[in-house]
Amino acid sequence: MNDLIEIGFWRLSAAYFFVIVLLLILRRFEIGKEKEVLLSTIRMTIQLVLVGYLLEYLFGHQNLLITLLLLVIMLGFAINNVFSRIKKRLKLEFKRVISFSLIIGTCLSLFFFLLVVVGIRPWYEVRYFIPIAGMIIGNSMTGITLGAERLLDGMHSRKDVIEGALMMGAKPYTAAKQVVIDAFTAAILPTINSMVGMGIVFLPGMMTGQILSGISPITAIEYQIAIMLGIVGSVTFSVFLLVFLGYRLFFNERCQLEIN
Amino acid sequence: MNNLEPIFELKEVKYRDILDITHLEIPANVVTCIVGESGSGKTTLLRLLNHLISCDRGEVLYKGQDLKTIDPISLRRRVMMLPQNPVVFSGNIQENMLIGLNFAEKPPVSTTQLLHFLNLVALKKEVQQNALSLSGGEKQRLAVARLLLLDPEVMLLDEPSAALDEGTEDLMMSGLKDYVIQNNKTLIMVTHSKAIWSAYGDFVVTIKEGRVASQKGGNQG
Repeated sequence: MNDLIEIGFWRLSAAYFFVIVLLLILRRFEIGKEKEVLLSTIRMTIQLVLVGYLLEYLFGHQNLLITLLLLVIMLGFAINNVFSRIKKRLKLEFKRVISFSLIIGTCLSLFFFLLVVVGIRPWYEVRYFIPIAGMIIGNSMTGITLGAERLLDGMHSRKDVIEGALMMGAKPYTAAKQVVIDAFTAAILPTINSMVGMGIVFLPGMMTGQILSGISPITAIEYQIAIMLGIVGSVTFSVFLLVFLGYRLFFNERCQLEIN
Repeated sequence: MNNLEPIFELKEVKYRDILDITHLEIPANVVTCIVGESGSGKTTLLRLLNHLISCDRGEVLYKGQDLKTIDPISLRRRVMMLPQNPVVFSGNIQENMLIGLNFAEKPPVSTTQLLHFLNLVALKKEVQQNALSLSGGEKQRLAVARLLLLDPEVMLLDEPSAALDEGTEDLMMSGLKDYVIQNNKTLIMVTHSKAIWSAYGDFVVTIKEGRVASQKGGNQG
């Protein structure tokens, strides 16, 4: 069970054969995008090699401050990624809500997961902390991006409906309720749906990795179920904060809709 | 007209470059028509009265109290507005009527009451009929009925009869006028139609380029 096959440099190089085939197809059928594929492949390779060496180093140097620093860096990248993926120009207050929701939503879920579900001591053990934080932050980042886009779109496209409700004495939440609910649902649905196909349609990456590295499938499944629930919790909590704090920014203290 | 009690009073009101009103009193318990060319600021005036927007300077008083000192939600539950293109939600007529009660946090009402208000605006339809299948004019009347059901003190209607033919327009307007008189309500409406303001307007305010060009008692034919 534990006879792990090391891929090694040459056999790993053979995996790039897939990319070469892809590039040939793209060129042969004049589809284009060869440059993007090439750049993405190079980026993926360099990033993973660097992370590999970084993790190798960190595993040997457990340190609370380094773990916290890594957490801050991961959150910073995630927040920046959300900002850059949303096409609309964002107000400073909305950026603050995005950052707050992502930080609070992921950190509370992450620490609950590490301390209560996995129960690792010390909690900042890099071997657990980094991959789990990565999965939780990454999924919440996608959820927040979807939620923010849907909220912004909904508040703009349904401006007349919201104002029509305000005219009849609706409170801001009642007036914007459908937009808030739609944004929330759209943002958490991909995570919920991914649970449905899990184990049948595909084996999740973490579980596959664990099985390949020789861990019992039962243990891998335990981890996978736990991390999936952790991701659902984190995405739900982050998106909840985002939409319920975010919609308020479209109203002033006189309950007037302010959309530029 | 000066003996009529003002329900709204505007003093030195300025809103961007759209409205500049030195003084305007709108009487209570009558039908006031706001008339003027497109872009003259009529709708903006209604939005100010509903406190959907606030004036940059000056005062808008409702029953003598500055709007800025009144809780906006409670104001809008007494002074309700209907936009020119009111929203009709997916669902049937009944659901569309009841959603207004939900917005204003009022208890549900019986189907008889719904039918009463639909009759008042000359919309004779089954309450179970899909609201989205109604014509433009029918949707407009449904929205007026929805507002009446909420029983506001003041109704601010923006071109409520724009999509109606002359006959239906008269039916709805006479129904509205009777309702205002019998229930001591105030109706303030924007209209383009001289036939409407001359027949139903007790008080007519003409807005020109954001200013009050004239204000006078109507019903003068």
